[in-house]
Amino acid sequence: MKFEDEPVPGYPLPILPGHTSPGRLERVLRAGQFAVTAELAPPDSADPEDVYRRARIFDGYVDAINATDGSGANCHMSSMAVCALLTRIGYAPVMQISCRDKNRIAIQGDILGGAAMGVCNILCLTGDGVQAGDHPQALPVFDLDSMSLLETARTLRDEHRFLSGRKITFAPRVLIGAAENPFALPYAWRAARLAKKVAAGAQFIQTQYCYDVGMLREFMRHVEDLGLLDKVFILVGVGPFKSAKAAEWIGTHVPGVHIPAAVIARLKGAQDQALEGRRLCTDLVQEIRAIKGVHGVHLMAYRQEETVAEIIERSGVLAGRVPWHPERDSTNTNRIAS
Amino acid sequence: MYTVRLWSVRHARGLNAFYRAFEGALVKLAPVFRAIGYERLEKPVALVERNVKGLLFDCRMCGQCILSSTGMSCPMNCPKNLRNGPCGGVRANGNCEVKPEMKCVWRLAVEGSAKIPEGGAAIRQVQFAVDRRLTGRSSWLRVVRERTEAKAP
Repeated sequence: MKFEDEPVPGYPLPILPGHTSPGRLERVLRAGQFAVTAELAPPDSADPEDVYRRARIFDGYVDAINATDGSGANCHMSSMAVCALLTRIGYAPVMQISCRDKNRIAIQGDILGGAAMGVCNILCLTGDGVQAGDHPQALPVFDLDSMSLLETARTLRDEHRFLSGRKITFAPRVLIGAAENPFALPYAWRAARLAKKVAAGAQFIQTQYCYDVGMLREFMRHVEDLGLLDKVFILVGVGPFKSAKAAEWIGTHVPGVHIPAAVIARLKGAQDQALEGRRLCTDLVQEIRAIKGVHGVHLMAYRQEETVAEIIERSGVLAGRVPWHPERDSTNTNRIAS
Repeated sequence: MYTVRLWSVRHARGLNAFYRAFEGALVKLAPVFRAIGYERLEKPVALVERNVKGLLFDCRMCGQCILSSTGMSCPMNCPKNLRNGPCGGVRANGNCEVKPEMKCVWRLAVEGSAKIPEGGAAIRQVQFAVDRRLTGRSSWLRVVRERTEAKAP
């Protein structure tokens, strides 16, 4: 979709009344569109082309691209650098910030720096423990937690000051997001935790992988009971499986990912398990779209990012809308080969 | 000790009631504390606090105790030091993502706070990040000081 006041790629959009960021994602969400975001795995490389190649895969199908911040406690190119590269050519990144590696001094600096480079969305995370990744000997920082990180970001943006009270001359104009996992214990308390995050400043939520739509509906009922439906945009996490074996491995080895037996059985029963994995994901996207209070999906297709376009296309959730991408307005029809 | 810590969560109601009475008594002693001097008391009181709360809660002496808001389950025992609720990695058996043999401290906190009057409201309050300068200092003395000096003109 194109806004008539769209500037040169890489420059911020004019900020609309009632908006907190000059970003595309906030515009799409506030316009009541069903938003699509996707996760980009930052490369183990210092080559910017590695970032652009990974972003280009999503062209025309996603409204914003999440740059993970040392996800799984593994070392990769930094989230802020990926975002800075992406904004240069006009992409709308979601800068993920984890509390594991940085204290409050570094994090506040990154929020200002990210915003200065055109980042309009940040996702405030606690982060995985260092034991999960490839540097278990590292010092886990956790100076803030996700909740105090949300409050910190909101303080910078709305009160124009650091936590110390020192003034900021130009505040970061960002849409503030957080994560939630409706599929982990204690279930009944998850919506209450979401309420805390909203109270701390979260404007949008991206959830953990959803493979159990029944549980998601139950969670959304609690969210509605707490009166949160019009206070926060909820994007539900989804992702395809390559095989039943992969699904079983993730279900037993990745804490917080709940995969019902019926999902494994469906994959096992298929001749082409990878194809069935994509179909399953498409079905999930369609079912999720029908749930009241859900504003979008967040695709985490780790190491199979090329499937995102097919899944979104087949699901029909964009309803003909083409999210911005660098080639969209170009008269040159020869797409850069990726 | 882990088993005592679990016992404390089961007895959150009684422990909370006891602490309320204890805090009231400490506040009454404030003039005595002031006469001796808070800084002189800091070391011995912190030592007692560390031992008592260490035994009951595996207290980490963050210096900003919120046990009454967390169902007597000390949030500093969470490997991620979460003070606002469980992370998304709680295992299907309710145990910790980082320490698989330990029950999630926040799952216990939710159970414990249900036993405390007003505990349900307290656990929903957003807690800001701890002030690391207070680590190792007495939370009891800080509370007494805050409560009595706020009243003073």
